[in-house]
Amino acid sequence: MKLQHINIISFGYYDQDFLKVITDSIYREFLLTVQINDGHIDLSDYYDPARRQYDANKLLYQLEKLYASEETKTIGLFNVDLFIPIFTYIFGQAFLGGRTGIVSFFRLSNERYGIEADKSLLLDRIAKEIIHELGHTFGLIHCSVTDCVMRSVTYVEDIDQKNTGFCPSCKSALML
Amino acid sequence: MNKKISILIVDDEESVRDSLYNWFIEDGYYVECAENAKTALSKLEFDNFNIILADIKMPGMDGLEMLRKIKSLKSDAIVIVMTAFATVDTAVQALKDGAFDYITKPFDPDDLSHLIRNATKQITLIKENETLKERVVTLENVDDLIGNSEAMKKILHEVENVSQSNSSVIITGESGTGKELIAKAIHSNSSRRYFPLVSVHCGALTESLLESELFGHEKGAFTGAMYNRKGRFEMADNGTIFLDEIATISSKMQVELLRVIETKSFIRVGGNKEISSDFRVICATNRNLKLMVDEGSFREDLYYRLNVVNIHLPPLRERKSDIPLLTDYFIKKYCTSMNKPLIPIDNAAKKRLEEFDFPGNIRELENMIERAIVVGNGKKIALKDLPLEKNISTSSLESLDDLEKNHINLILSKYEWNISRSAKALKVDRVTLYNKIKKYNLNPAK
Repeated sequence: MKLQHINIISFGYYDQDFLKVITDSIYREFLLTVQINDGHIDLSDYYDPARRQYDANKLLYQLEKLYASEETKTIGLFNVDLFIPIFTYIFGQAFLGGRTGIVSFFRLSNERYGIEADKSLLLDRIAKEIIHELGHTFGLIHCSVTDCVMRSVTYVEDIDQKNTGFCPSCKSALML
Repeated sequence: MNKKISILIVDDEESVRDSLYNWFIEDGYYVECAENAKTALSKLEFDNFNIILADIKMPGMDGLEMLRKIKSLKSDAIVIVMTAFATVDTAVQALKDGAFDYITKPFDPDDLSHLIRNATKQITLIKENETLKERVVTLENVDDLIGNSEAMKKILHEVENVSQSNSSVIITGESGTGKELIAKAIHSNSSRRYFPLVSVHCGALTESLLESELFGHEKGAFTGAMYNRKGRFEMADNGTIFLDEIATISSKMQVELLRVIETKSFIRVGGNKEISSDFRVICATNRNLKLMVDEGSFREDLYYRLNVVNIHLPPLRERKSDIPLLTDYFIKKYCTSMNKPLIPIDNAAKKRLEEFDFPGNIRELENMIERAIVVGNGKKIALKDLPLEKNISTSSLESLDDLEKNHINLILSKYEWNISRSAKALKVDRVTLYNKIKKYNLNPAK
């Protein structure tokens, strides 16, 4: 079945302007309709008291179970601290070549690191992380081009070094 | 398995395996997982993983024991151990046992990325080092093509032309004419020169050994196959394989060889996985392959597949004008290697060398010069230092009588015409020897 749109499922309350800016950025890269929907999951089921974080693997599988469909790429947007068993934290993850991904902006805001808040910068970071995880769902692997959105980053300041878009090589590999 | 970096994750926890699998897949690595050491070791028998990421605490065989086993099988394997139960002792023990590094779960994503990047750098360096070493070995004898004769000039021109292509080459010529040197020269001037030139002397191996040598084998494929072993075709990937004495291979091997040359893929002895390799084939023989094809002892299809280009090396007796150049070259070579000053050769010895037929070709001349430098007085190479008198110039010998006459004369000279000792050496009685002397009109003065 032909892919028709991208579905962003927001878990928690987000300002509509805030979501509009993210939606526009995603549309520019994929040229697919971007829908925003509210999601409802009891996050306490995914909380690990020992780590005081949320299990990203379990959340991803739950999102796949509840929201995935053939004609859609779905990204769940959270504001909780995500982990996978092996890592201390992650910003997001997705099924490579699959239908679903998740992103959390918990660690993307300046305030988290004791720096003055910057809403525009935060929006930019969230858009990049969503586009990055969507790239994985389209089968893209990490890229070594410094400013490509598919470059793997592990620190928030590294996200700022990337563009919102794909490098020519990743763009051609997307084959939308 | 493709040529990108491959990682084997060994951990008893499924969530850990899945997390790492997804992480590395997104980075473009080839990844496989094993839930325990036993499965990991059996996977390692079939695939050569670049990096092994192993948990220490596992049921059954633990990570440290597995590390020791992996290292005993493949000493250059890069093993990174990980555990949630970090103690200094286990870390030290892991490093002592040859682990590349040690990491404590859960780890910072950046730490793992750094670790894998460092391991990848090490793998690249090891591979580059191996390639460069092979290149040095390959290139060292290219200048050994000595000769100024028309025949030699023609051969050098052919080598230059054929080097630029990827065609199969058969080098023919008598033993000792330098067929392997020509193969090296072709390889070293080709675009494959940065990759290995792998030589196989087919005549020196039995059929089963040759099969294992060419295609490699899996552990346990036959008695004594203790480890997986790469075959020569696999080792020659991107380079050249030189099959010397190709005429000696069996009919079965001819079929196998034809298939490999056509498909550029093969299966190791005792294995079940097809391996691809991009190699160029150069063969050599001192036999007449076309005649063997006509007689039915060499496959016609293989002959045509191999004989795209044929370079024939003439025997030394047909390019005698190269003898002085070769003599000087070998004197210089052996004086340098023996740390001696350059020893000149006197005119009589030089003249005799030029007259000699050299049935063993350049190899015989080389050995002769080496011997002369070792046994000579160190000031000049004289006629007496060269074992020429023990040889018979074969060009004038056509009949058995000629041969017999020369041989009897040689033995008589050796034993200073002592008839009893000469007859004993010839294993004939004295009367027979006298009759032969009479028949051939031999006398001490001659």
